[in-house]
Amino acid sequence: MVTRMKILIVEDDLEAAAYLAKAFREAGIVSDHASDGESGLFMASENAYDVLVVDRMLPRRDGLSLISELRRRGVHTPALILSALGQVDDRVTGLRAGGDDYLPKPYAFSELLARVEVLGRRKGAPEQDMVYRVGDLELDRLSHSVRRQGKEIPLQPREFRLLEYLMKNAGQVVTRTMLLENVWDYHFDPQTNVIDVHVSRLRSKIEKDFDPPLLRTVRGAGYMIKDDRTPDT
Amino acid sequence: MSKVSVLFRTTAVRLSALYLILFSLCAAILVFYVTGMSERLLQQQTREAIATEALQIEGVYDRAGISGLLRSLERRARQPGASLYVIAGPSGEILAGNVASLEPGLLDSGGWTTEPFHYRRFTDESRTDSHVALAQILVLDNGLRVLVGRDLQEPEKLRGLVRQALVVALGTMVLGALVIWFGIGRNALKRIDRMSEASTKIMAGDLSQRLPMSGSGDEFDRLSESLNAMLGRIEKLNEGLKQVSDNIAHDLKTPLTRLRNKAEAALAGSGKQNAALEEIIAESDQLIRTFNALLMISRVEAGSAVAEMSDVDLSGIVADCVELYEPVAEENALRLKADIEPGVLISGNRELIGQALGNLIDNAVKYAEKADNPLIQVEMKKGDRNVVLTVADHGPGVPEGMRSEVVKRFVRLDESRSKPGTGLGLSLVEAVMEMHHGTLELAATEPDGQGLTVRMVFPTAATWRTE
Repeated sequence: MVTRMKILIVEDDLEAAAYLAKAFREAGIVSDHASDGESGLFMASENAYDVLVVDRMLPRRDGLSLISELRRRGVHTPALILSALGQVDDRVTGLRAGGDDYLPKPYAFSELLARVEVLGRRKGAPEQDMVYRVGDLELDRLSHSVRRQGKEIPLQPREFRLLEYLMKNAGQVVTRTMLLENVWDYHFDPQTNVIDVHVSRLRSKIEKDFDPPLLRTVRGAGYMIKDDRTPDT
Repeated sequence: MSKVSVLFRTTAVRLSALYLILFSLCAAILVFYVTGMSERLLQQQTREAIATEALQIEGVYDRAGISGLLRSLERRARQPGASLYVIAGPSGEILAGNVASLEPGLLDSGGWTTEPFHYRRFTDESRTDSHVALAQILVLDNGLRVLVGRDLQEPEKLRGLVRQALVVALGTMVLGALVIWFGIGRNALKRIDRMSEASTKIMAGDLSQRLPMSGSGDEFDRLSESLNAMLGRIEKLNEGLKQVSDNIAHDLKTPLTRLRNKAEAALAGSGKQNAALEEIIAESDQLIRTFNALLMISRVEAGSAVAEMSDVDLSGIVADCVELYEPVAEENALRLKADIEPGVLISGNRELIGQALGNLIDNAVKYAEKADNPLIQVEMKKGDRNVVLTVADHGPGVPEGMRSEVVKRFVRLDESRSKPGTGLGLSLVEAVMEMHHGTLELAATEPDGQGLTVRMVFPTAATWRTE
C-alpha cells in the first residue's frame, strides 16, 4: 500500500490555507495547518512531515527564521518557501536560510503540487542510483549513455540532463519552470515555449522508433515520464 | 521689534555687528593713543617754553636785580598770551604777579611743579573758578620765589577738540554702517522670503514653479539657478513616473477587464464553462507575468540585486542562452548563429544577464519570424575597455525615431501589438545594463534600416573597478 504523503502548511491567510488543504487532499496528500510561525515551528519539530510548505511572511516568527531554527534543531524535513516577494535575491536568501525550494506568489497549484511531490520523493529513483530505468529506457549516469531496448540513443549533453531529471522524478509531474531551474539553472520565466521545444526534441529521440510512448505532457502542468505497464511503486 | 530681531538673525547683519564692535574697539584705542600722544607733546613744548623763559628771567635778575626783574615781568605780563608770573616771599605770600591765588604750599620748594596745579586769575569772577597750569619755580638768593608758568587750558582744549572730532567721526560711521547694514539685511531677507514663498508653492505640488532670480548673477541667483535646475529634473522624473503609472494603470486594467468579462460570460453562458475558465487562467497568468516583470525591473533599478554580483563567465551564459533558444528559433524557421569569444569574465549577475539576453533572443525570434533572411546572429567580443554582446535579426526593425521609446515601459510598436508580450522586455534589458554600468544600443542591422541590432556593452571587470 502506498503511504500517503503528509505535509504541514504554515500560512496565516486562512482562506488560502483552506484552499491548499482541499487541493492537496484531492491530490492524495494529507496536510496539517499552522497559522503562525511559532506554532508552525512547534508542529514541525514535534511531528514527522514529508514536506513543509512555509509562507515567508508570518506572524510571530517569519518563515525564514522558522526554517533556520528547525535546521538548527536538526530537523531536515524538506521545506518549500512561498513568497510574495519572489525575485532572484529573495530566492537566494530563502535557500540560504535552509529552504529546499522557493515559489513566488501567485503560483499555479499544479506548480506547487509538482514541487511538493518532488520534494517528498515518494516516487522516482533514489539519489544514489547510478542507472535510472523507466520501462525499457535506461540512463547510465556514469557513462552518460542512454539505451532503449538495448539500443544506444545518442543525446546532446543538455538533452541528457533533461532526461536525467525527468527520469529521476519518474512518475511525477515536473513543470516547465522546474526543468528550467534544474536543467539550465535559470529561474526566470522563459515566456515562449522554449522548454516545450526542448522536450519535444528529446521525445522524438527516445520515442520515434520505439513503443510505447514514455514521456507524456500533463496538460496545464508539465511533463511526466512513466511506463504505464509498471504499476506505481 | 520682532522685525528687528529677525533682521538681526540674518548672517549679513550679524557679521556686520561683529565687525562694528571690533572696529569701534580699534577706533577707541586709536583715539586714546592720539590724544595721549598730543597731550604729552604739548606739555613738553610748554615745559621747554617755561624753561627758556625762566632762564631769561634768571639772567634779568642777575643783571638788573629785583627792580629789573619786576619791570621785565610787568612788561612780559602785558604781552598777549602771556605766561604766568608770580613773585612771592619766602613763606609763599604773593608779592607781585598776574595770578590772584595759588594752591597753598606750591611755592615751598624750587624747581618744576610735579603735577599741573590749580590757580585763580584776577579776572575770575567767582572764587570757585580755577585754571590749570604748569610752572617752574625759581628760588632767588634773597629767599624770594619767582614762578614762571603756563596755562594748560590751550592744550586741554586741543585735546578735547581732537577727541570730539574722533567721536563725531566714529558716530557718523556707526550710524552710516547701521543704515547700510539694515538696508542690505532687509534686502537679503526680502529675497529669502520670496524664495521660501516659491518653495512653499512648489511643496504644495506646483512643480512648474521656479525660484525667483534677480539677474544680477550674485550668490542668491546662483543658488536659485541650481535649485531651479534640480526642480526641472524632479519635474521631469515626476512626469516620467506619472506616465509609467498611467501606463501601468492602462496595461493592467485592460487585461483585468478582459478577465472580468470572461468570468461574467462564463457565468452567464452555458456549456463552455471549462474553456472559459481556462482562458481566465491564461489571462491571469499573463497578468502575473506582467506584474513579475514590472517588479523585477523596479528591483533591478533600485539596485537590490547588486548584492548578488560576482565574477561570472559571460561566454558561458551566452552559450547557454543560445542553446536554450536555438530549438525555438529552428521551430520558427529561423537560424540562430552564435559567435562567442570564449573565457570572458565580467562582474555581474548570471541570472539577470541570462534573462536579459533571453528577452533579446526571444524578441528576435518573435519579430523576425517571417523575415527574408532567417538569420539571428548572437555575437560576443571582448575589446580593450568593454565587452560587446550583440543580437542582430533581419526582421522589420525599429524605426530610428522609436528606438529610444521602445526601451520605455509598456511601449510597443503598433505593428507588434498583436504579438504576445508585456512591453517590458527591453525595459528589463536596459535596467540590467544600467545595473552592470553598461549601455544598451539599438540600431538597424541592414543599411536600408531593416532588422534590429541590439548591442549590450559591458565594461570589463578592470575598467569597472577603476571607475
